[in-house]
Amino acid sequence: MDFTNLQFIDVTRTFGRRRALNRVSLAVEAGTITALLGPNGAGKSTLLSIAATLLQPTSGEVRYGDHAASNGGAALRARIGMLGHDLYLYPELSAAENLRFFARVYALPDVEQRVARGLELAGLTDRADDVVAGYSRGMRQRLALERALLHDPRLLLLDEPFTGLDEAARGALRERLRMARAAGTIVVLTTHDIAAIADLSDRSLTLVEGRLAA
Amino acid sequence: MTGFARTVWVITRKDLLVEARTREVLFTTLFFAISCVLVFAFGFVREGRPVSDAAAGILWIAIAFSGTLALGRVFERERHGETLRALLIAPIDRPALYVGKLVGILILLAAVEVVVVPLVALMFQAALFDHALLMVGLLAAGTVGFAAVGTLFAAMLVRARSRDVMLPILLYPITVPVIIAGVRGTAALLQPEGGLPMARAWLAMLVFFDVVFITLALWTFEPVMTE
Repeated sequence: MDFTNLQFIDVTRTFGRRRALNRVSLAVEAGTITALLGPNGAGKSTLLSIAATLLQPTSGEVRYGDHAASNGGAALRARIGMLGHDLYLYPELSAAENLRFFARVYALPDVEQRVARGLELAGLTDRADDVVAGYSRGMRQRLALERALLHDPRLLLLDEPFTGLDEAARGALRERLRMARAAGTIVVLTTHDIAAIADLSDRSLTLVEGRLAA
Repeated sequence: MTGFARTVWVITRKDLLVEARTREVLFTTLFFAISCVLVFAFGFVREGRPVSDAAAGILWIAIAFSGTLALGRVFERERHGETLRALLIAPIDRPALYVGKLVGILILLAAVEVVVVPLVALMFQAALFDHALLMVGLLAAGTVGFAAVGTLFAAMLVRARSRDVMLPILLYPITVPVIIAGVRGTAALLQPEGGLPMARAWLAMLVFFDVVFITLALWTFEPVMTE
Protein backbone atom coordinates (compact mmCIF):
# COMPACT_ATOMS: atom_id res chain seq x y z
CA MET A 1 0.00 0.00 0.00
CA ASP A 2 1.37 3.42 -0.91
CA PHE A 3 0.10 6.96 -1.08
CA THR A 4 1.54 10.31 -2.10
CA ASN A 5 -0.63 12.69 -0.11
CA LEU A 6 -2.40 13.02 3.21
CA GLN A 7 -5.73 14.81 3.43
CA PHE A 8 -7.73 15.95 6.42
CA ILE A 9 -11.29 16.64 5.27
CA ASP A 10 -13.39 18.64 7.73
CA VAL A 11 -11.94 16.73 10.69
CA THR A 12 -13.35 17.38 14.16
CA ARG A 13 -12.25 15.63 17.32
CA THR A 14 -13.83 16.15 20.70
CA PHE A 15 -12.84 14.88 24.15
CA GLY A 16 -15.99 15.04 26.21
CA ARG A 17 -17.20 18.61 25.84
CA ARG A 18 -13.81 19.93 24.73
CA ARG A 19 -13.30 20.33 21.00
CA ALA A 20 -9.60 19.65 20.30
CA LEU A 21 -9.92 19.94 16.52
CA ASN A 22 -12.66 21.91 14.83
CA ARG A 23 -13.40 21.22 11.16
CA VAL A 24 -9.77 21.06 10.06
CA SER A 25 -9.10 20.55 6.36
CA LEU A 26 -5.62 20.32 4.91
CA ALA A 27 -3.63 18.40 2.33
CA VAL A 28 0.08 17.63 2.35
CA GLU A 29 2.10 16.08 -0.45
CA ALA A 30 4.97 13.61 -0.65
CA GLY A 31 8.41 15.15 -0.54
CA THR A 32 7.35 18.11 1.58
CA ILE A 33 7.85 19.19 5.17
CA THR A 34 4.81 20.78 6.80
CA ALA A 35 5.17 22.51 10.15
CA LEU A 36 2.21 22.85 12.50
CA LEU A 37 2.57 25.82 14.80
CA GLY A 38 0.40 26.99 17.62
CA PRO A 39 0.19 27.43 21.37
CA ASN A 40 -0.16 24.56 23.86
CA GLY A 41 -3.60 22.96 23.65
CA ALA A 42 -4.16 24.16 20.08
CA GLY A 43 -4.74 20.60 18.86
CA LYS A 44 -1.39 19.91 17.19
CA SER A 45 -0.71 16.60 18.96
CA THR A 46 -4.33 15.51 18.46
CA LEU A 47 -3.95 16.12 14.74
CA LEU A 48 -0.77 14.03 14.65
CA SER A 49 -2.41 11.23 16.64
CA ILE A 50 -5.31 11.15 14.18
CA ALA A 51 -2.88 11.09 11.24
CA ALA A 52 -1.06 8.20 12.95
CA THR A 53 -4.38 6.29 13.29
CA LEU A 54 -4.00 6.33 17.09
CA LEU A 55 -7.15 8.44 17.40
CA GLN A 56 -10.28 8.45 15.30
CA PRO A 57 -11.92 11.71 14.26
CA THR A 58 -15.28 12.42 15.84
CA SER A 59 -16.39 13.59 12.40
CA GLY A 60 -14.76 14.18 9.05
CA GLU A 61 -12.35 11.97 7.20
CA VAL A 62 -8.62 11.38 6.86
CA ARG A 63 -7.41 10.02 3.53
CA TYR A 64 -4.02 8.59 2.67
CA GLY A 65 -3.98 8.97 -1.10
CA ASP A 66 -6.93 6.86 -2.24
CA HIS A 67 -7.23 5.02 1.06
CA ALA A 68 -9.39 5.92 4.04
CA ALA A 69 -7.94 5.44 7.53
CA SER A 70 -10.83 3.16 8.43
CA ASN A 71 -9.92 0.51 5.86
CA GLY A 72 -6.13 0.92 5.87
CA GLY A 73 -5.43 -1.41 8.79
CA ALA A 74 -1.96 -2.86 9.30
CA ALA A 75 -0.87 -2.13 5.72
CA LEU A 76 -1.49 1.58 6.29
CA ARG A 77 0.20 1.57 9.70
CA ALA A 78 3.27 -0.03 8.07
CA ARG A 79 3.68 3.17 6.03
CA ILE A 80 3.51 5.56 9.00
CA GLY A 81 6.39 6.53 11.26
CA MET A 82 5.90 8.62 14.37
CA LEU A 83 8.17 10.31 16.84
CA GLY A 84 6.40 11.68 19.88
CA HIS A 85 7.55 14.12 22.49
CA ASP A 86 8.30 10.99 24.51
CA LEU A 87 10.73 9.16 22.30
CA TYR A 88 9.18 5.67 22.07
CA LEU A 89 12.42 4.00 23.18
CA TYR A 90 13.13 1.44 25.89
CA PRO A 91 15.76 3.02 28.18
CA GLU A 92 16.78 -0.40 29.52
CA LEU A 93 17.81 -1.60 26.04
CA SER A 94 20.78 -0.53 23.97
CA ALA A 95 20.44 1.49 20.76
CA ALA A 96 21.00 -1.63 18.65
CA GLU A 97 18.48 -3.64 20.70
CA ASN A 98 15.85 -0.90 20.37
CA LEU A 99 16.26 -0.74 16.59
CA ARG A 100 16.40 -4.53 16.29
CA PHE A 101 13.21 -4.90 18.34
CA PHE A 102 11.24 -2.45 16.20
CA ALA A 103 12.66 -3.94 12.98
CA ARG A 104 11.31 -7.31 14.10
CA VAL A 105 7.98 -5.85 15.17
CA TYR A 106 7.67 -4.43 11.63
CA ALA A 107 8.82 -7.80 10.22
CA LEU A 108 11.44 -6.02 8.10
CA PRO A 109 13.89 -7.94 5.94
CA ASP A 110 17.66 -7.53 6.46
CA VAL A 111 17.26 -6.56 10.10
CA GLU A 112 20.96 -6.31 10.90
CA GLN A 113 21.70 -4.17 7.83
CA ARG A 114 18.89 -1.78 8.70
CA VAL A 115 20.02 -1.60 12.32
CA ALA A 116 23.60 -0.86 11.26
CA ARG A 117 22.40 1.85 8.83
CA GLY A 118 20.13 3.38 11.47
CA LEU A 119 22.97 3.50 13.97
CA GLU A 120 25.26 5.05 11.39
CA LEU A 121 22.74 7.74 10.44
CA ALA A 122 22.16 8.47 14.12
CA GLY A 123 25.92 8.70 14.66
CA LEU A 124 25.71 6.04 17.33
CA THR A 125 27.66 3.17 15.81
CA ASP A 126 30.33 3.36 18.51
CA ARG A 127 27.68 3.53 21.28
CA ALA A 128 25.44 0.84 19.76
CA ASP A 129 25.66 -1.50 22.74
CA ASP A 130 25.23 1.13 25.47
CA VAL A 131 21.82 1.26 27.12
CA VAL A 132 19.71 4.23 26.05
CA ALA A 133 19.23 5.36 29.68
CA GLY A 134 22.83 6.63 29.58
CA TYR A 135 22.37 8.74 26.42
CA SER A 136 22.03 12.50 26.21
CA ARG A 137 18.74 13.99 24.99
CA GLY A 138 20.28 14.66 21.58
CA MET A 139 21.53 11.09 21.18
CA ARG A 140 18.13 9.72 22.18
CA GLN A 141 16.41 12.05 19.75
CA ARG A 142 18.65 10.93 16.87
CA LEU A 143 18.06 7.29 17.74
CA ALA A 144 14.31 7.83 18.08
CA LEU A 145 14.20 9.46 14.65
CA GLU A 146 16.01 6.50 13.09
CA ARG A 147 13.57 4.22 14.93
CA ALA A 148 10.69 6.08 13.33
CA LEU A 149 12.36 5.92 9.89
CA LEU A 150 13.55 2.31 10.16
CA HIS A 151 10.75 0.96 7.97
CA ASP A 152 11.01 3.74 5.34
CA PRO A 153 7.59 5.23 6.11
CA ARG A 154 5.75 7.30 3.53
CA LEU A 155 4.34 9.52 6.29
CA LEU A 156 6.58 10.77 9.11
CA LEU A 157 4.92 12.52 12.05
CA LEU A 158 7.07 14.38 14.56
CA ASP A 159 5.75 15.95 17.76
CA GLU A 160 8.01 18.77 19.00
CA PRO A 161 11.20 17.14 17.66
CA PHE A 162 13.45 20.14 18.44
CA THR A 163 12.62 20.32 22.16
CA GLY A 164 15.64 20.09 24.44
CA LEU A 165 18.23 19.89 21.65
CA ASP A 166 21.38 21.97 21.42
CA GLU A 167 22.30 23.74 18.18
CA ALA A 168 24.43 20.87 16.86
CA ALA A 169 21.67 18.33 17.50
CA ARG A 170 19.08 20.61 15.88
CA GLY A 171 21.31 20.94 12.82
CA ALA A 172 21.69 17.16 12.58
CA LEU A 173 17.91 16.69 12.93
CA ARG A 174 17.20 19.28 10.23
CA GLU A 175 19.68 17.54 7.91
CA ARG A 176 18.04 14.15 8.51
CA LEU A 177 14.59 15.61 7.80
CA ARG A 178 15.89 17.06 4.53
CA MET A 179 17.08 13.55 3.61
CA ALA A 180 13.63 12.15 4.40
CA ARG A 181 11.99 14.84 2.28
CA ALA A 182 14.38 14.10 -0.61
CA ALA A 183 13.37 10.42 -0.33
CA GLY A 184 9.72 11.41 -0.94
CA THR A 185 8.49 11.17 2.63
CA ILE A 186 5.53 13.29 3.74
CA VAL A 187 6.87 15.00 6.85
CA VAL A 188 4.49 16.69 9.27
CA LEU A 189 5.94 18.15 12.45
CA THR A 190 4.68 20.26 15.30
CA THR A 191 6.84 22.87 16.95
CA HIS A 192 6.86 26.08 18.96
CA ASP A 193 10.29 26.85 17.61
CA ILE A 194 9.82 28.91 14.46
CA ALA A 195 13.58 29.53 14.11
CA ALA A 196 14.26 25.78 13.96
CA ILE A 197 12.05 25.28 10.92
CA ALA A 198 12.59 28.63 9.19
CA ASP A 199 14.83 27.26 6.44
CA LEU A 200 13.40 23.74 6.59
CA SER A 201 9.64 23.60 6.17
CA ASP A 202 7.91 23.99 2.83
CA ARG A 203 4.76 25.14 4.51
CA SER A 204 3.76 26.34 7.97
CA LEU A 205 0.25 26.12 9.33
CA THR A 206 -0.97 27.60 12.59
CA LEU A 207 -3.57 25.92 14.76
CA VAL A 208 -5.45 28.05 17.26
CA GLU A 209 -8.07 26.48 19.53
CA GLY A 210 -8.48 23.54 17.18
CA ARG A 211 -8.89 25.59 14.01
CA LEU A 212 -6.42 26.30 11.25
CA ALA A 213 -5.68 30.01 11.28
CA ALA A 214 -5.86 31.79 7.94
CA MET B 1 6.45 -19.23 12.39
CA THR B 2 3.25 -17.29 11.58
CA GLY B 3 3.09 -13.51 11.85
CA PHE B 4 1.02 -13.76 15.02
CA ALA B 5 3.38 -16.22 16.74
CA ARG B 6 6.43 -14.23 15.60
CA THR B 7 5.01 -11.01 17.08
CA VAL B 8 4.18 -12.80 20.35
CA TRP B 9 7.75 -14.08 20.54
CA VAL B 10 9.28 -10.66 19.73
CA ILE B 11 7.19 -8.94 22.44
CA THR B 12 7.82 -11.64 25.04
CA ARG B 13 11.54 -11.75 24.34
CA LYS B 14 11.81 -7.97 24.66
CA ASP B 15 9.91 -8.00 27.97
CA LEU B 16 12.14 -10.76 29.33
CA LEU B 17 15.27 -8.95 28.16
CA VAL B 18 14.17 -5.74 29.91
CA GLU B 19 13.33 -7.75 33.04
CA ALA B 20 16.69 -9.54 32.90
CA ARG B 21 18.38 -6.11 32.89
CA THR B 22 16.35 -4.60 35.75
CA ARG B 23 15.07 -7.67 37.66
CA GLU B 24 12.59 -5.18 39.07
CA VAL B 25 9.37 -7.18 38.72
CA LEU B 26 10.88 -10.57 39.54
CA PHE B 27 12.57 -9.45 42.74
CA THR B 28 9.66 -7.36 44.07
CA THR B 29 7.12 -10.07 43.23
CA LEU B 30 9.26 -12.80 44.74
CA PHE B 31 9.98 -10.76 47.87
CA PHE B 32 6.29 -10.00 48.30
CA ALA B 33 5.24 -13.65 47.80
CA ILE B 34 7.85 -14.95 50.25
CA SER B 35 6.91 -12.29 52.82
CA CYS B 36 3.27 -13.23 52.44
CA VAL B 37 3.98 -16.93 53.09
CA LEU B 38 6.23 -16.15 56.07
CA VAL B 39 3.67 -13.83 57.69
CA PHE B 40 0.98 -16.50 57.36
CA ALA B 41 3.40 -19.10 58.70
CA PHE B 42 3.85 -17.04 61.88
CA GLY B 43 0.08 -16.90 62.26
CA PHE B 44 -0.91 -20.43 61.34
CA VAL B 45 1.98 -22.60 62.52
CA ARG B 46 1.92 -23.18 66.29
CA GLU B 47 4.63 -25.27 67.96
CA GLY B 48 5.68 -26.62 64.58
CA ARG B 49 2.13 -27.78 63.71
CA PRO B 50 0.30 -25.89 60.95
CA VAL B 51 -3.46 -25.37 60.98
CA SER B 52 -4.93 -28.07 58.78
CA ASP B 53 -5.96 -27.08 55.21
CA ALA B 54 -4.28 -23.66 55.51
CA ALA B 55 -1.57 -24.39 52.93
CA ALA B 56 -3.83 -24.33 49.85
CA GLY B 57 -5.36 -20.97 50.68
CA ILE B 58 -2.04 -19.39 51.61
CA LEU B 59 -0.38 -20.63 48.44
CA TRP B 60 -3.05 -19.08 46.23
CA ILE B 61 -3.19 -15.83 48.23
CA ALA B 62 0.58 -15.47 47.78
CA ILE B 63 0.24 -16.13 44.04
CA ALA B 64 -2.72 -13.76 43.62
CA PHE B 65 -1.25 -10.89 45.66
CA SER B 66 2.24 -11.09 44.18
CA GLY B 67 0.73 -11.64 40.73
CA THR B 68 -1.24 -8.40 41.11
CA LEU B 69 2.01 -6.59 41.83
CA ALA B 70 3.58 -8.01 38.67
CA LEU B 71 0.48 -7.34 36.55
CA GLY B 72 0.58 -3.69 37.58
CA ARG B 73 3.92 -3.42 35.81
CA VAL B 74 2.98 -5.28 32.60
CA PHE B 75 2.06 -2.16 30.62
CA GLU B 76 3.70 0.37 32.93
CA ARG B 77 7.02 0.05 31.11
CA GLU B 78 5.29 0.71 27.80
CA ARG B 79 3.81 3.89 29.26
CA HIS B 80 7.03 5.54 30.47
CA GLY B 81 8.57 6.15 27.05
CA GLU B 82 5.14 5.95 25.39
CA THR B 83 6.44 2.87 23.58
CA LEU B 84 2.87 1.56 23.71
CA ARG B 85 1.96 4.17 21.08
CA ALA B 86 4.83 2.94 18.91
CA LEU B 87 3.51 -0.61 19.22
CA LEU B 88 -0.05 0.49 18.44
CA ILE B 89 1.11 2.23 15.25
CA ALA B 90 3.11 -0.84 14.20
CA PRO B 91 1.49 -3.17 11.66
CA ILE B 92 0.93 -6.01 14.12
CA ASP B 93 -2.14 -7.89 15.25
CA ARG B 94 -3.02 -6.15 18.51
CA PRO B 95 -4.12 -9.42 20.15
CA ALA B 96 -0.54 -10.63 19.52
CA LEU B 97 0.64 -7.75 21.70
CA TYR B 98 -1.73 -8.97 24.44
CA VAL B 99 -0.55 -12.58 24.13
CA GLY B 100 3.10 -11.49 24.10
CA LYS B 101 2.57 -9.56 27.34
CA LEU B 102 0.62 -12.46 28.84
CA VAL B 103 3.35 -15.00 28.04
CA GLY B 104 5.98 -12.71 29.56
CA ILE B 105 4.07 -12.33 32.82
CA LEU B 106 3.34 -16.07 32.95
CA ILE B 107 7.06 -16.85 32.72
CA LEU B 108 7.75 -14.42 35.58
CA LEU B 109 4.96 -15.86 37.73
CA ALA B 110 6.19 -19.39 37.00
CA ALA B 111 9.62 -18.35 38.31
CA VAL B 112 7.96 -17.02 41.48
CA GLU B 113 5.97 -20.22 41.92
CA VAL B 114 9.13 -22.33 41.62
CA VAL B 115 10.24 -20.68 44.90
CA VAL B 116 6.89 -20.17 46.64
CA VAL B 117 5.40 -23.66 46.22
CA PRO B 118 8.32 -25.50 47.93
CA LEU B 119 8.33 -22.78 50.61
CA VAL B 120 4.63 -23.37 51.37
CA ALA B 121 5.20 -27.14 51.32
CA LEU B 122 8.03 -26.72 53.79
CA MET B 123 6.46 -24.19 56.16
CA PHE B 124 3.04 -25.88 56.28
CA GLN B 125 4.24 -29.47 55.96
CA ALA B 126 1.94 -29.84 52.95
CA ALA B 127 2.38 -32.75 50.56
CA LEU B 128 2.17 -30.54 47.48
CA PHE B 129 4.50 -32.77 45.47
CA ASP B 130 2.80 -36.13 46.07
CA HIS B 131 0.79 -35.62 42.90
CA ALA B 132 3.24 -33.30 41.21
CA LEU B 133 1.73 -33.44 37.72
CA LEU B 134 -1.74 -32.53 38.94
CA MET B 135 -0.29 -29.79 41.14
CA VAL B 136 1.60 -28.32 38.17
CA GLY B 137 -1.63 -28.49 36.15
CA LEU B 138 -3.60 -26.62 38.83
CA LEU B 139 -0.87 -23.98 39.19
CA ALA B 140 -0.52 -23.52 35.43
CA ALA B 141 -4.26 -23.33 34.74
CA GLY B 142 -4.91 -21.06 37.73
CA THR B 143 -2.05 -18.72 36.87
CA VAL B 144 -3.11 -18.50 33.22
CA GLY B 145 -6.69 -17.59 34.19
CA PHE B 146 -5.58 -14.99 36.72
CA ALA B 147 -2.96 -13.44 34.43
CA ALA B 148 -5.24 -13.48 31.37
CA VAL B 149 -7.76 -11.22 33.11
CA GLY B 150 -5.05 -9.19 34.83
CA THR B 151 -3.17 -8.46 31.60
CA LEU B 152 -6.36 -7.22 29.94
CA PHE B 153 -7.23 -4.97 32.89
CA ALA B 154 -3.64 -3.69 33.09
CA ALA B 155 -3.97 -2.68 29.41
CA MET B 156 -7.36 -1.05 30.04
CA LEU B 157 -5.98 0.95 32.95
CA VAL B 158 -2.69 2.00 31.38
CA ARG B 159 -3.92 5.58 30.86
CA ALA B 160 -5.90 5.79 34.11
CA ARG B 161 -4.44 7.93 36.86
CA SER B 162 -5.55 5.62 39.68
CA ARG B 163 -4.53 2.42 37.90
CA ASP B 164 -2.62 1.01 40.91
CA VAL B 165 -5.78 1.17 43.03
CA MET B 166 -8.18 0.19 40.27
CA LEU B 167 -6.36 -2.97 39.15
CA PRO B 168 -7.04 -5.09 42.25
CA ILE B 169 -10.56 -3.63 42.58
CA LEU B 170 -11.40 -4.82 39.07
CA LEU B 171 -9.28 -7.95 39.06
CA TYR B 172 -10.28 -9.78 42.23
CA PRO B 173 -14.06 -9.92 41.75
CA ILE B 174 -13.62 -11.33 38.24
CA THR B 175 -10.92 -13.83 39.19
CA VAL B 176 -12.60 -15.08 42.38
CA PRO B 177 -13.77 -18.25 40.56
CA VAL B 178 -10.18 -18.95 39.47
CA ILE B 179 -8.79 -18.45 42.96
CA ILE B 180 -11.55 -20.57 44.55
CA ALA B 181 -10.99 -23.36 42.01
CA GLY B 182 -7.24 -23.20 42.63
CA VAL B 183 -7.66 -23.33 46.41
CA ARG B 184 -10.26 -26.13 46.35
CA GLY B 185 -8.28 -28.13 43.80
CA THR B 186 -5.08 -27.82 45.83
CA ALA B 187 -6.93 -28.63 49.08
CA ALA B 188 -8.40 -31.74 47.41
CA LEU B 189 -4.88 -32.83 46.42
CA LEU B 190 -3.80 -32.55 50.03
CA GLN B 191 -6.55 -34.86 51.28
CA PRO B 192 -5.10 -38.14 52.57
CA GLU B 193 -7.39 -40.15 50.33
CA GLY B 194 -10.16 -39.72 47.78
CA GLY B 195 -9.21 -36.19 46.78
CA LEU B 196 -7.82 -36.87 43.31
CA PRO B 197 -11.14 -37.00 41.38
CA MET B 198 -12.16 -33.72 43.03
CA ALA B 199 -8.79 -32.14 42.16
CA ARG B 200 -9.23 -33.22 38.53
CA ALA B 201 -12.73 -31.69 38.49
CA TRP B 202 -11.38 -28.36 39.78
CA LEU B 203 -8.58 -28.52 37.20
CA ALA B 204 -11.17 -29.02 34.44
CA MET B 205 -13.05 -26.01 35.76
CA LEU B 206 -9.86 -23.92 35.72
CA VAL B 207 -9.20 -24.91 32.11
CA PHE B 208 -12.77 -23.87 31.27
CA PHE B 209 -12.21 -20.47 32.94
CA ASP B 210 -8.94 -20.09 31.00
CA VAL B 211 -10.66 -20.70 27.67
CA VAL B 212 -13.45 -18.23 28.49
CA PHE B 213 -11.14 -15.52 29.83
CA ILE B 214 -8.56 -15.74 27.03
CA THR B 215 -11.27 -15.76 24.36
CA LEU B 216 -12.92 -12.69 25.87
CA ALA B 217 -9.56 -10.93 26.28
CA LEU B 218 -8.52 -11.56 22.66
CA TRP B 219 -11.91 -10.34 21.51
CA THR B 220 -11.87 -7.14 23.56
CA PHE B 221 -8.18 -6.16 23.45
CA GLU B 222 -8.35 -4.31 20.12
CA PRO B 223 -11.25 -2.00 21.14
CA VAL B 224 -9.72 -1.55 24.60
CA MET B 225 -6.50 -0.24 23.05
CA THR B 226 -8.24 2.08 20.60
CA GLU B 227 -8.67 5.54 22.12
